Amino acid sequence: MARRRKIANAVCYVVLILLSIIWLFPFVALVLQSFRGENSGMVSYLVPKQWSMANYRFLFGSGSKFLKWYGNTLIIALVVAVCQTMVVICVSYALSRMRFQGRKLLMNIWLVLGMFPGFLTMICLYYLLKQMGLTEAGAVPGLILISVASSGMGYYVCKGYFDTIPRALDEAAILDGATRAQILTKMIIPMSKPIIIYTALVAFMGPWCDYIFASYVAFGHEDSYNVAVAMTRWVWTNDYQGYFTRFCAGGILVAIPVTILFMCLQKYYVSGVTGGAVKG
Amino acid sequence: MENYQVPERSGISRFFHWLGNDLKDIGGTFVRGDWRTKLSYIIMGFGQLLRGQYVRGLALLALQTLCNYFIFGFGWTYLKNILTLGTVATQKVNRVTVFGDNSFLILLYGLLTVIVILALLYLWRLNLRQNKEAEGILAEGRRLPTNRSDLHSLLDKNFDKTLLALPVLGIFVFTVLPIIFMICIAFTNYDANHQPPANLFTWVGLQNFKELFGIGGTGFGGTFFYVLGWTLTWAFFATFLTYFLGMAVAILINKKGIKLKKLWRTILVMTIAVPQFVSLLYVGKMFATDGLVNGYLLKWGWIQSAIPFWDNATYARILIIVINLWIGIPYTMLIVTGLLMNIPAELYESARIDGAKPFQTFWYITLPYMLFVTGPFLLTQFIGNLNNFNVIFLLNRGRPQSMSLSNNAGATDLLVTWLYKMTINDSNYRIAAVIGIMVFVVTAVISLIVYNAIPSVRDEEGFQ
Repeated sequence: MARRRKIANAVCYVVLILLSIIWLFPFVALVLQSFRGENSGMVSYLVPKQWSMANYRFLFGSGSKFLKWYGNTLIIALVVAVCQTMVVICVSYALSRMRFQGRKLLMNIWLVLGMFPGFLTMICLYYLLKQMGLTEAGAVPGLILISVASSGMGYYVCKGYFDTIPRALDEAAILDGATRAQILTKMIIPMSKPIIIYTALVAFMGPWCDYIFASYVAFGHEDSYNVAVAMTRWVWTNDYQGYFTRFCAGGILVAIPVTILFMCLQKYYVSGVTGGAVKG
Repeated sequence: MENYQVPERSGISRFFHWLGNDLKDIGGTFVRGDWRTKLSYIIMGFGQLLRGQYVRGLALLALQTLCNYFIFGFGWTYLKNILTLGTVATQKVNRVTVFGDNSFLILLYGLLTVIVILALLYLWRLNLRQNKEAEGILAEGRRLPTNRSDLHSLLDKNFDKTLLALPVLGIFVFTVLPIIFMICIAFTNYDANHQPPANLFTWVGLQNFKELFGIGGTGFGGTFFYVLGWTLTWAFFATFLTYFLGMAVAILINKKGIKLKKLWRTILVMTIAVPQFVSLLYVGKMFATDGLVNGYLLKWGWIQSAIPFWDNATYARILIIVINLWIGIPYTMLIVTGLLMNIPAELYESARIDGAKPFQTFWYITLPYMLFVTGPFLLTQFIGNLNNFNVIFLLNRGRPQSMSLSNNAGATDLLVTWLYKMTINDSNYRIAAVIGIMVFVVTAVISLIVYNAIPSVRDEEGFQ
């Protein structure tokens, strides 16, 4: 019996190590290629023949707007994270704790709205933003506005969490003379730290991958690109051969802070997705 | 549910019943009301102001002024043209461009005006109801709520209104209005040849839908069903393969005797942490004809010439599903890991005593439990995959394209990536709008079926 278990465990370890190699290989390759000095295009080997920091120097040099793009993305991500979290908390509290006329109707309408594909409205949103002067040069505030404006519909996970906080606590607080607003700020928010961190983390990570809408709104105006739009162009245009290793280096610089943040807050992320999956 | 109920009236007859009662109430309030109430029919908030409820009165009056200003000062010029979407084309007179009507703005602002009119009607009704209520309270000799308590209630009894006002407004302007607008576009001829401000577009009825179902005969219908077929196939494999393999990985890591559980999980979670545009673009390039994978396969002599992973429809489809496992397995693993702990240990214990093999315990205990609990998750995953833009677009942009498909569709295009291409590359907005509506229909049908089949999706209060 013990022997069989040992063999079984050995097989498990082999599988796990294989999985780990597959999972990590692209990232290792990305790092290796970002240090390649001899050829900035695509090559068919992994380890650089000549190690160099040239790609990183290029990104920080005056020949590239990488820092500008990075700054744009960071600003969008931070503002969206703060505003979106506030909106989601407000909506979740109202839907979880208050019973008002039209509550079910509102939730059903939002559910139906969520079934429309997001890109359907792209052209219309673009014109709305354009009327407000928030495209091209003003794309950064425009993108923030668009992400925050519709964020109320993503209340599911947070509301699900609020639902698990016993309502008896609310009733006790009301007996003590607390208003609904005080219950939210003094009681619910302090008790919901995991879900608030989860909401903010997801909101923060979203803008780093926002290619679709950002490329449309900022079209042709390099100063308001975010990293995804700018660097995707490096890979896709016909002369990407010259930019491939620079893309790798930029990708590393984007991935490092986001990954570290994610790993630090992983615990909250797990509790969020698990709760969200079960409550739907 | 056990007792007999009066058969429910249909939605339409219920609506007219409600409308009749409401009109009766509006008339009754006018006849029975005093002069303050009567004047409130024209000047909103008048009665409230005279009765000392300044907060309500001023708010209503301000909103009425604002709405009227918008409707008559701005919206009307657009709304009056909404049936034709403009008749005066942009022309060149003596080499100077004279702009005519802009169909796009007529439709957009026309719709906005309709919505503002509806909002005004709602506010007007609210205003009447408040007047009636106030009269009732005064007639009974009680005191009206003070301005102070009105304001205070916004933080207490009416806190929901304070909380929801801005989010709902935001969703209205940036989600509801655009969706209504795009649904309207599906019934117009707005495309590359009819682009405002240079050209007008107009209503064409069901023309675009006829094209979709092949009656128009431009080959568009066939392509649609081809793309729809792949979209559904993709969503099916992407959802269920990641689900079952993710569950397998979670069980593997959770197995008794496996050490460093946290390390294995952290390694897998890397694909969630790294922004997808970095990881997917890079992996996509790895499989290019001049990429790493082909390079090593050639060097080791396993193949004679590079495999065209992205240029062969079948290879591309399989590869996309496989690479999606790389992204998707960690999600399922995280969720399943959390849930595995919740399965009562006694179940496993008694199964072991009964001599069940590990596979049997999985099949009869773990799997049914998981399927039951994660029903909603599977549904959202499936729908998320139907619209999974990033994986397809960042990996290979829906290629390879084929001459037999219309509107530049490719073999791995999902409906949403196709819609995106049509908007960006071809400016074919009318067909893009039709596709968007069809995506909605597909999503709604699948959701309804699952909603009726799985109890755990339905039960909102059950988890409270």
